[in-house]
Amino acid sequence: MNGADSLDWNGVLHNRPSRMPDRFFKYWILVPAVFLLLLIGLFPLIYSLLVSFQQITMTDYDTSFVGFVNYAALFEDLRLWQSILHTLIITAIALPVELLLGLAMAQLFLEKIPGRQIFISLIVLPTVISPIVAGATWRLLFDQSYGPVNQIIGWFTGTNVVLLWTITPKLVYPAIIICEIWQWTPFMFLILLAALSNVDKSLTEAAELDGAGFWRTFFKIVLPAIWPVMAIAILIRGVDLVRTFDVIWALTSGGPGTMTETISIYTYVQGFRQFESSYTAAIAFLIVALMTMIVTWAIRRMGLAQ
Amino acid sequence: MNALFSRRARQSFILAGRYVLIALLLFFFVFPIYWLFIISFKTPDEIFHFPPVWVPKSIQFANYWVLFKDGDAITVWNSLVLASTSTIIAMVIGTMGAYSLVRFKTGGENLAVWVISQRLMPPIAIIFPVFLLYVYFGLVDTYLGLIILYTAFNLPYVIWMMRGYIEDIPLELEESALVDGCTRWEVLRKVVFPMARTGLFATAVFTFVFSWNEFIFAFVLTRTEVVTYTVQVTHYFGGQSNFWAKIAAMSVLGTVPVFITVATLQRFLVRGISMGAVKG
Repeated sequence: MNGADSLDWNGVLHNRPSRMPDRFFKYWILVPAVFLLLLIGLFPLIYSLLVSFQQITMTDYDTSFVGFVNYAALFEDLRLWQSILHTLIITAIALPVELLLGLAMAQLFLEKIPGRQIFISLIVLPTVISPIVAGATWRLLFDQSYGPVNQIIGWFTGTNVVLLWTITPKLVYPAIIICEIWQWTPFMFLILLAALSNVDKSLTEAAELDGAGFWRTFFKIVLPAIWPVMAIAILIRGVDLVRTFDVIWALTSGGPGTMTETISIYTYVQGFRQFESSYTAAIAFLIVALMTMIVTWAIRRMGLAQ
Repeated sequence: MNALFSRRARQSFILAGRYVLIALLLFFFVFPIYWLFIISFKTPDEIFHFPPVWVPKSIQFANYWVLFKDGDAITVWNSLVLASTSTIIAMVIGTMGAYSLVRFKTGGENLAVWVISQRLMPPIAIIFPVFLLYVYFGLVDTYLGLIILYTAFNLPYVIWMMRGYIEDIPLELEESALVDGCTRWEVLRKVVFPMARTGLFATAVFTFVFSWNEFIFAFVLTRTEVVTYTVQVTHYFGGQSNFWAKIAAMSVLGTVPVFITVATLQRFLVRGISMGAVKG
């Protein structure tokens, strides 16, 4: 048992020949990860900041510093604020619906009934497919004459329905939100089902014996018990919805016109279609800075890091 | 007796209601996938038939054959190369990093929060500066460029998940290995990796699926050489509607592997998608 006398977990293991001191071991194994994380975590931030103070566009590679010109322009850019508004609209509708529908479904599947496991496995499928495929699928479903959505509505109305889901201004948001709900409600469902299954049965039964109704039991006992998990699910989905790109790109590409442009799609258009490099960098910096603050706050608030 | 009967009748009524609800939910969540799959097997006449055909007369594979003949199916191979390579690298680097965070508390809570916050960054804000960097280094439309980016983007997830799995390993095992004369590296290789293999496997599958399904990085950083299947699907959008068969067939090619992999690890699904919030 050589070296046993000087074993010190957090520090150094003395007494043994080694080519590399154990002292630095904890840093060596962390270096590759930190290096790569800096590439996506710090470099974009610094680079965006730098470029955003210049005037680089497709036609003019002007690297002289112009101060806050691009940031001042952000405030007068109506399309930017509209895209933020669109993002918030989609999030504000899709997130509560996904949460409540997922919770209701979890409640429905909580009791063991024949076929339960197979039903759950099937319902979860939309969540694991690529969002771009989800968008493409709904594009086919929503087609005005060859898609089954209008056909099914037609059965109820008894007439031929020709709704242009991805073109009519009144229908594009429902189309996008339906697709989002279809893909991500199973995510909420699965997590909330696990959380509900972990709630202590003796507590809910005791409450029922005391005469508490379903809702009272739910709000007083079940909800506080599942809240930590629910909060994380809301955080993950909320962030995903704010940065949503794929589904909308597949369904409408931001159209008609700029009606369904979200912040991600608008940034893409500015950077890779209009080639407004410096201006895009200013938007990117704004997004990263805002999201870092919100996300870090939320993570700490929820105690996710413990 | 009468009361008993009515109670039983009520219970079976509730059960029937439950199944009606479940049937509706199954229809909503599964029918779109059925529709995608069935279009890929239809003939053009059946795809563009009014009213839509719900069950084709026969299953035919011409839509897939075209993808292989034209070479479009290579994009699935590209997705496979990118996703598997970046997953392996991210698993090795990420697990080492997670081990440092868990056992040595390197960087404390601040580093842990920073790591996980990177997971929640919008890709669009990252991709623009990275694109400019890649243009400078000639990494656009290369395997290497996307592998680096996918690895980096999945690292927070890997570190986060492996942190949880490593915490589950009894500390005594590592201590006794040290006492037996193993170096720190040997402990990592011979104790930590084997002990965490279930977690490694589950995390690797999710990381693979994330990269496999990824769109926006590939969309911006590929041109012709390393186009992934998700980007290829969008190439069929636009004017001509006779690309429907290709959209469906390509989507199915990209979706079937995901269904198979996820089916093999039902047990880890909840922990995987909730980022470890539910140990399940």
